[in-house]
Amino acid sequence: MNKMKIRNYQAFLPLLVLAILILINLLKGADYFSISIINGALYGNIPNILFGASELVILAIGMTLVTSSSGGQDISVGVAATITSSVFVRVVLNAHEVTLMTVLGAFLVSCLVGIAIGAFNGTLVAIFNVQPMVATLILFTAGRSIAFLIDGRLSPILANRITNQIGSVIPGVPVQTPILLTVVFILLFSILLKITNLKLYAQCVGINQKAARLNGINPVSVKLLTYIILGVCSAVAGFIAVTKAGRHDSVNLLRFIEMDAILAVAIGGNALSGGKFSITGSVIGAYTIEVLNRTLLRLEVGTETIKAFKAVFIIILMIFASPVARGTAAKAAQWIRARFTGIVRLPASKKAEASEGSKADVSVEKEV
Amino acid sequence: MQNVLEMSGICKSFPGVRALHNVSFSLRKGEVHALMGENGAGKSTLIKVITGVYEKDAGQILVDGKAIHFRSPQDAQNFGVGAVYQEIMLCPNLTVAENLFIGRGQHALVNWKQMKEKAAQLLRSLDIPARPTQQLSSCSLAVQQMIAIARAIDMNCRILILDEPTSSLDEEEVQKLFRLMRELKARGVGIIFVTHFLDQVYEISDRITVLRNGEFIGEYEAASLPQFELVSKMMGKALDDVSQIKKEKSASIQRGVPVYEAVGLSSTAGIKPFDFTIHKGEVNGFIGLLGSGRSEAARAIYAADKVIGGEVKVNGKKVKIREPMHAMKLGIGYLPEDRKSDGIIADLSVRENIILALQVLKGFFKPFSRKQAEVFAEEYIKSLSIKTASTSTPVKSLSGGNQQKVIIARWLLTHPEYLILDEPTRGIDVGTKVEIQKLVLKLAREGVSITFISSEIEEMLRTCSRLIVMKDREIAGELSGENMTERDIMHVIAGGGTKS
Amino acid sequence: MGFAIKRILTVFVLLLAVTGLVVAAPLIKVGIVNLPPEESGYRQANVEDMNTVFSKANGYDARQTNTGDNSEQIAAAMGYIRDGVDYLLISAANASGWDNVLQSAKKAGVIVFLFDRLIQTDPSNYQAALVSDMATEGEMAVNWLLSQKLPYYNVILIRGQLGSAAELGRSAAVLKARDAGKLKIVADGTGGDSWSLEEARKVVEAAIAAGKDFNVIYAENDGMAQGAVQALDAAGITHGKNGKVKIIGFDFNRFALRNVQAGYWDCDVQCSPRQAAEISSWIKAHQTGKPLPKGIIYQKEMLVDTSTITDEIILKMGINADPGKGVITR
Repeated sequence: MNKMKIRNYQAFLPLLVLAILILINLLKGADYFSISIINGALYGNIPNILFGASELVILAIGMTLVTSSSGGQDISVGVAATITSSVFVRVVLNAHEVTLMTVLGAFLVSCLVGIAIGAFNGTLVAIFNVQPMVATLILFTAGRSIAFLIDGRLSPILANRITNQIGSVIPGVPVQTPILLTVVFILLFSILLKITNLKLYAQCVGINQKAARLNGINPVSVKLLTYIILGVCSAVAGFIAVTKAGRHDSVNLLRFIEMDAILAVAIGGNALSGGKFSITGSVIGAYTIEVLNRTLLRLEVGTETIKAFKAVFIIILMIFASPVARGTAAKAAQWIRARFTGIVRLPASKKAEASEGSKADVSVEKEV
Repeated sequence: MQNVLEMSGICKSFPGVRALHNVSFSLRKGEVHALMGENGAGKSTLIKVITGVYEKDAGQILVDGKAIHFRSPQDAQNFGVGAVYQEIMLCPNLTVAENLFIGRGQHALVNWKQMKEKAAQLLRSLDIPARPTQQLSSCSLAVQQMIAIARAIDMNCRILILDEPTSSLDEEEVQKLFRLMRELKARGVGIIFVTHFLDQVYEISDRITVLRNGEFIGEYEAASLPQFELVSKMMGKALDDVSQIKKEKSASIQRGVPVYEAVGLSSTAGIKPFDFTIHKGEVNGFIGLLGSGRSEAARAIYAADKVIGGEVKVNGKKVKIREPMHAMKLGIGYLPEDRKSDGIIADLSVRENIILALQVLKGFFKPFSRKQAEVFAEEYIKSLSIKTASTSTPVKSLSGGNQQKVIIARWLLTHPEYLILDEPTRGIDVGTKVEIQKLVLKLAREGVSITFISSEIEEMLRTCSRLIVMKDREIAGELSGENMTERDIMHVIAGGGTKS
Repeated sequence: MGFAIKRILTVFVLLLAVTGLVVAAPLIKVGIVNLPPEESGYRQANVEDMNTVFSKANGYDARQTNTGDNSEQIAAAMGYIRDGVDYLLISAANASGWDNVLQSAKKAGVIVFLFDRLIQTDPSNYQAALVSDMATEGEMAVNWLLSQKLPYYNVILIRGQLGSAAELGRSAAVLKARDAGKLKIVADGTGGDSWSLEEARKVVEAAIAAGKDFNVIYAENDGMAQGAVQALDAAGITHGKNGKVKIIGFDFNRFALRNVQAGYWDCDVQCSPRQAAEISSWIKAHQTGKPLPKGIIYQKEMLVDTSTITDEIILKMGINADPGKGVITR
């Protein structure tokens, strides 16, 4: 029961923010949710949001994992995606004919590159104990130049039917392909969490590495694994981004997305210092960021001030998510309840502090 | 004598829990007043009320006869309340002088030279063996503890709370701390002393207040309250169980086949190569002073530290144990000495903490279903009487004793052949202690071999059928049967070797 | 025998001397301080252009430093001055901090040309600067637009990185035309600091969702124009030669030019990365004693639409990869 409350609170904040944003959008125009069919595919604000956020969602999921296990963030995800997608484009363009098989093969090759990148970052973090941000700074600085070289110094074009349909719509399928890919990815990922102990292991290592080791978990492998999984996430995000764009721009592809991915993890109620995590929270966080961006556009905030608005909004959000604010909210709730119902109750977050006094401790000697 | 602190009718509730009910407490100038009670009795809550961390729901606090209402720890500090906890809340990578003075002054600028001089003076006056420029982490735990006290004293603290200050100290260090406490007493400081060590209570305390189940049981002169009476007041019943244990043990002394044998085992933690054997259904123990190598020996068996030498046989078969995982697979379980840093996964639920070891043994790709995990957790919560709101409660919100039980449950669930318990009863109330001792003997009867380590000699004598005495990181002797007395142990530790 | 060998040797030595003279005589020493090619497709073409023009074949002994770090650039420039180059060409990473370099060059008698990017200093501190005129680029685009005789002009303006020279110049023409009442800006957005395709797409999607009536997209680079067109396609709005919405892009990416050629877009404006030939012609003239140009010189740039585009323009003037004739990049 206790855990349920905490978990609910974790998802509560991003959901509340999402709800407020949607409310603002509805006030601006009641047709916000309207969906029509254009060129055989669903069209409207919601499909646009799902389409636009696909890469961010996938990266936020991977980022959540490495945050949990290593207590730090990978700032090279956007760059990693740029490198993997440059390999993807290279392989596709080297094929005589672009078939579904070549595209699939190229995608798998790019995943291998993603795994290699993840293993590189993961080795620095897990074996050499480099701070994750510092470790990934290496690739962050050098990565786009590598992608530029793989591109053969020109931004190559992916003008073929198959990748174009992957980046937009497959005729006869009423949903844009990137949305489908994102859904498939989330499904596969939740299956992964279901059929393995990844979540338990990553959390254990993130919360207490020493204890994890004493219980037979190898912290080095677990951290490495999470970085490798993030590498695959980067490859998938790069694949979606480059098929959307139709050409590989090593300079601007997914630029600055790492910060949004980290932000999504934070908005999702996950501690950036690692440990317990909620993938659902991060996914909601990613969509919240996308909706926020689009809301500011919808409200026609001036181009010069749009960044400032976004910053202010996020600051407010982070203040509300902070332990201080939660504590105050808890106290306020307690006061209100005491006032109006006469029953004093502490919310879940406060319970941990009250360990000595909590129910669990009281009647220990009964058994003796 | 004058009461520097007087509390009466203190009540404090948490959701669904009455932590303190109508509790009184008084502290005289220049006395050591022990606050006793089992875990969950309300000691910590009371201390948090005194230090202003919690606001009381009802009751009165008088400081120097004046009614006071603390709204924050800062408030309490201003009235001369200082507290030093078991976990030292200083900055290990700053110097002693910095730790003494930083964060106290209202001035943004620091006069380093003056600060160093003042620190030297303070350390001298309290006879603390530390230099002002020394980094705090290079001092022993006892000295760090003293520095924390010195800091409180220098802030004109007149009510000093020492919460389990001796639990990480060895006997000699405890004596140093007591000297300091006597010095403070002479200066007129009132000291509230919280500890689980009964002997220490009698050695230093003037008066004793006992709490039980959030209620005030009584206030006694230490000199006129016999030790067994104190224990029975804390537990609320007489001590039949303890004598019962002795009977159980004598029935369990027997020797089966060797389960684990090591020759020349050594690890990077500095334990010298040692030989060790344990038999089926045997309870033996490593005994010795803190730092004698008793924990290091246990850690070497489990490969918790890096093993650098030695031959090991499990059930007669030669094996290599290089990682905890290897030991686990061979049916060895290990309950670490430091519950917080090596044992619990604090933020995870009781359920996840209980199934952890078995889950890891089962494999990465074979997670237990939620339902199965619930069944396991429920089973052990029931059989070990773990007090928790639910299986999903984060383990960190349980009391120390219940956290310990969770870790014990974790290992019992793996059905180990050989279980190493390093200080399973430390920081745990008397009732749970007895429970754990009884559990150990029950497991032994069922054929589990157990190595038991404890700082309390009496407890070791009660549970173990064979004692391996450690000294200076090597085995100094072995005792069993009639030779196992407190006197014999002291004799070995003092350097006499084993008789016979 | 000995005599024969002597004669052969003499001839050989003479030959060596003559060829040596031919090779050594007229090489002009040039130092080029530029940004790294991976900075952008523009820079890639720019660096390549510098390499081909300032080659040994063209009579130059040129050395090039490509870095995005201003202090490294300054160090490289100082090195070139010490090495006694005749001409120093600079495209600065940062507009300030160059005064020492310019002073040293002056003292050493090194002639400095700036290309592509200006430096914050008095024009007397360098010989000449050859740069793109962003304002003219914008005006060319707006003039072309206004000559299309559309019944009305409702523009979605998609700016680049706010405050950059390109954004300021290219936006100015549109804002001026709006102030003069010649067109209406129905949505004013930006692709942000990365001139982001995705951001541009969102700007247009927001305008569509808000039910804005628009018939022009003025995107300040090709990538953003591409993003905008993706939004139109998804929403089923026609564009290009026979469509409702006119698409204007900038920078002369070859994919963009092919899109114009195919009538998928309407117009693209050049932002030429090829300053080398013109600077080289100045140097060559200077060698024959003619005076050098002074101050800021603007490059001549062009605009193409569906009727004026040719394969030659695409191959010669474009930057980045060519998707091939008839291939549309969506």
